[in-house]
Amino acid sequence: MKNPLESVTGTIISGLILTVVLVVFLNNFLTPVAA
Amino acid sequence: MEALLPGLVRWAHIVAGVCWIGLLYYFNLVQMAALKDAGADGTAAGITKHVAPRALLWFRWAAVATWILGVGLLCTLGDKGGPVIHKAFTLQAPYAGIGIGAWLGTIMLINVWHFIWPNQKKILGMVPATDEVKAKARRVAMLASRTNMMLSLPMLYFMANGFSHHIG
Repeated sequence: MKNPLESVTGTIISGLILTVVLVVFLNNFLTPVAA
Repeated sequence: MEALLPGLVRWAHIVAGVCWIGLLYYFNLVQMAALKDAGADGTAAGITKHVAPRALLWFRWAAVATWILGVGLLCTLGDKGGPVIHKAFTLQAPYAGIGIGAWLGTIMLINVWHFIWPNQKKILGMVPATDEVKAKARRVAMLASRTNMMLSLPMLYFMANGFSHHIG
């Protein structure tokens, strides 16, 4: 499989996927607001 | 003056960040492709001699300024327990969001000084390097720069969504 960072498009898609993963992680495994 | 300080530090952090990430996007979206074409018609020296060293100078020091001002901002913001910097970097509520952004920015700063700049010095002839070493440096610098571009998207999401605006 080609490294997605070889192209600008692959880099942007990887960044968007990572953003979604981290937002899901924040909302489900960390506490984003005061309890 | 005390009330003004967080706003001034936040403003300076954003100005430095625009310079850093703006140049990161310039390298990835403009210079890499331009160097490929310029290499083919023998005009790459104009970029490597006059443009890239200046862009890299502003890029690496803007990265340092952005990080220091970001840490400074977290030191000026506080709750009942004092400055929130420790809670942000340990991802404690309600600072986990800005903490993720701070960690991404920290990884990006390390990437600039540990991978991008040392390899760019070899590529641009600022330190002696064989053709083989230069070829490897080109690959490492490109992947490190692309990694930072990828990390900039979530980093900017966590910086821009007001996770630090309710503090203090």
